[in-house]
Amino acid sequence: MYRLPLGHWVNNGVEWLLDNFGSAFDSFTETVTGVADTLRNAIGVLPWFVIILIFAILAWRAKGWRLALGTSLGLYLIYNLELWQPFLDTLILVLIASLVSLIIGIPLGIIAARHERFHRILSPGLDFMQTMPSFVYLIPALMFFSLGTVSAVFATVIFSMPPVIRLTDLGIRQVPTDLIEVGEAFGSSPSQMLFKIQLPLALPTIMAGINQTMMLSLSMVVISAMIGAQGLGAGVLAAIAQMDIGKGFEYGLAVVILAMILDRLSQGVVSNSRATLKK
Amino acid sequence: MGVKIEVKNLVKIFSPQPQKALHLLDQGLSKDQILEKTGLTIGVNNVSFAVNEGEVFVVMGLSGSGKSTILRCLNRLIEPSSGTVIIDGVDITNLKPKELRQVRQMKMAMVFQQFALLPHRTVLQNTVFGLEVHGVSKADREKKALERLSMVGLDGYENSYPDELSGGMKQRVGLARALTNDPDILLMDEAFSALDPLIREEMQDELLNLQQKMNKTIVFITHDLNEALKLGDRIAFIRDGSLVQVGTPEEIIRDPADDYVAKFARGVDRSKILTLKDVMKRPHPIVQLRDGPHVALQVMMDHGISSVFVVDRAKHLQGLITADLALEARKAGVESLREVKLIEVPVHQETVLVQDIFTIIAESKTPLAVIDEEQRLIGIIIRGSVLAALANTGGDPKDVSTTTGPLG
Repeated sequence: MYRLPLGHWVNNGVEWLLDNFGSAFDSFTETVTGVADTLRNAIGVLPWFVIILIFAILAWRAKGWRLALGTSLGLYLIYNLELWQPFLDTLILVLIASLVSLIIGIPLGIIAARHERFHRILSPGLDFMQTMPSFVYLIPALMFFSLGTVSAVFATVIFSMPPVIRLTDLGIRQVPTDLIEVGEAFGSSPSQMLFKIQLPLALPTIMAGINQTMMLSLSMVVISAMIGAQGLGAGVLAAIAQMDIGKGFEYGLAVVILAMILDRLSQGVVSNSRATLKK
Repeated sequence: MGVKIEVKNLVKIFSPQPQKALHLLDQGLSKDQILEKTGLTIGVNNVSFAVNEGEVFVVMGLSGSGKSTILRCLNRLIEPSSGTVIIDGVDITNLKPKELRQVRQMKMAMVFQQFALLPHRTVLQNTVFGLEVHGVSKADREKKALERLSMVGLDGYENSYPDELSGGMKQRVGLARALTNDPDILLMDEAFSALDPLIREEMQDELLNLQQKMNKTIVFITHDLNEALKLGDRIAFIRDGSLVQVGTPEEIIRDPADDYVAKFARGVDRSKILTLKDVMKRPHPIVQLRDGPHVALQVMMDHGISSVFVVDRAKHLQGLITADLALEARKAGVESLREVKLIEVPVHQETVLVQDIFTIIAESKTPLAVIDEEQRLIGIIIRGSVLAALANTGGDPKDVSTTTGPLG
């Protein structure tokens, strides 16, 4: 039986990309690394308690004093376990990856909502991105951008972008027809329609997408320790290598705390935006 | 009064490729035959009509008859498959997107059945929407919007959000939003159908009130004939996407074009369309001012009545004289009725709706006087003749009594 050399083709494709665009990938790598380092240094200047304070204020604004208290305690625990630097590294990676996902994903979602054909082409692509085992992205990321931060961001963006695209698309499509008709009947241009009617009404759904994207980013950032990303994931990986259950638990707990804080914070923003809309 | 909107041979077929069905339609096939052959539904079938400036033109039909589609073809929220829509001499169907937006911003505004207020905006922010889209400065548009909100009776609500308002108030906002643009044309899509009956009547009155001040050209969609009769200067009946009849409320009720219209007309409360002119009797007998009390008494005796209207030579009503008054005058030796102090009677214009003075008619002991524009006495109203006119509906009088319930 003839075996389709699918894997071979993919290898060839990646090699071709590297041969022809290698320098472009390199300079891209340098730029992103530079941004990440700058960010890390900037945050690194802040003492730990200031960062906890900032999170507490955000939590208080988003949901109230209970979340603020929980957030402070959780972060203090991470500091106490001497995981502060890996925690910051992971946080920075998540923020960069989420930001990139949103910058690319929201416009894609908007285009998908407005152009049926694009929507139909994009959908299977998104299915692919979401169901392909996340480890697989690590290989091309590694080849394009070598070990380190940029590979991690690349793999994470690919893995975490689908929800925000899908939910932006869905949110805009769910805007009631008569409200779209209002926009048209009063002579809105396409961009006025987008910014005055579609996006404001889709906002709660888009925020839910942002929340999911952040959660997926976090999980992928941890996994991307396998290709040299610093942070909590690296600690987990080391614990596995050393069969050190205690260490693994501490690092794992820190990941859980970070996940809960990010989730509650962004959910708080979702329900706030929903409340504004309902009002 | 010129023609404001002219719709010619409007066809809407719900399909991206309507050519085949259009072709069959040209060949004279019916809607059902085309559905059978092509599977395409004809929403609007070769409809033509003209709306005059300053007119309230009601498009009336059951749900699914295509009336909302016709309305949306006027501002091209739905693209007509063929035919033309000419507004102020410009063929709307040929406009490029940018020109079309201009027309939508300047010429016409729409009021929606489910109000369609933007939930994330306050009443004021909703009301300014049209001007905001048009690029009017914030101060100017808010000034204008506040004016309009006050016109529809929503002073003080400008910072509320839509879900804090009742249905009637929401539609007032919808109306204010449409009026803020100062459009020539208002497109109203079942604007009051979602409101409960009392509020609906209130809004209809409000609209008529506003219309008196603003004199817009209004195209109003409804499935309620009573509403159509109340609001419409003319009514167009739509059935299955085709125009069945266009006419004034009178014409529709008097000569329904077919059974479809007649069936509607039978369900109508006639007191809402009958004017005094329709139910009055010829003013006979009457006496002249120059006549004396003898004549007056004689006339009353001849007709077996106890009072009679007195007019001058130009037929202007002077008052009422009763038998008692005439007897007194005869005793006093009065020469002509000029010297008698006649009883003043209230007069009513011939154009007044019967329903509006129903209670007056019912309670008045004397006949009512009806006058024309030149104040001449042209008719009298006796209770019996009103009841006869109302009963002459072909429908049962039960309808009348239930729908005029509040009037007693």
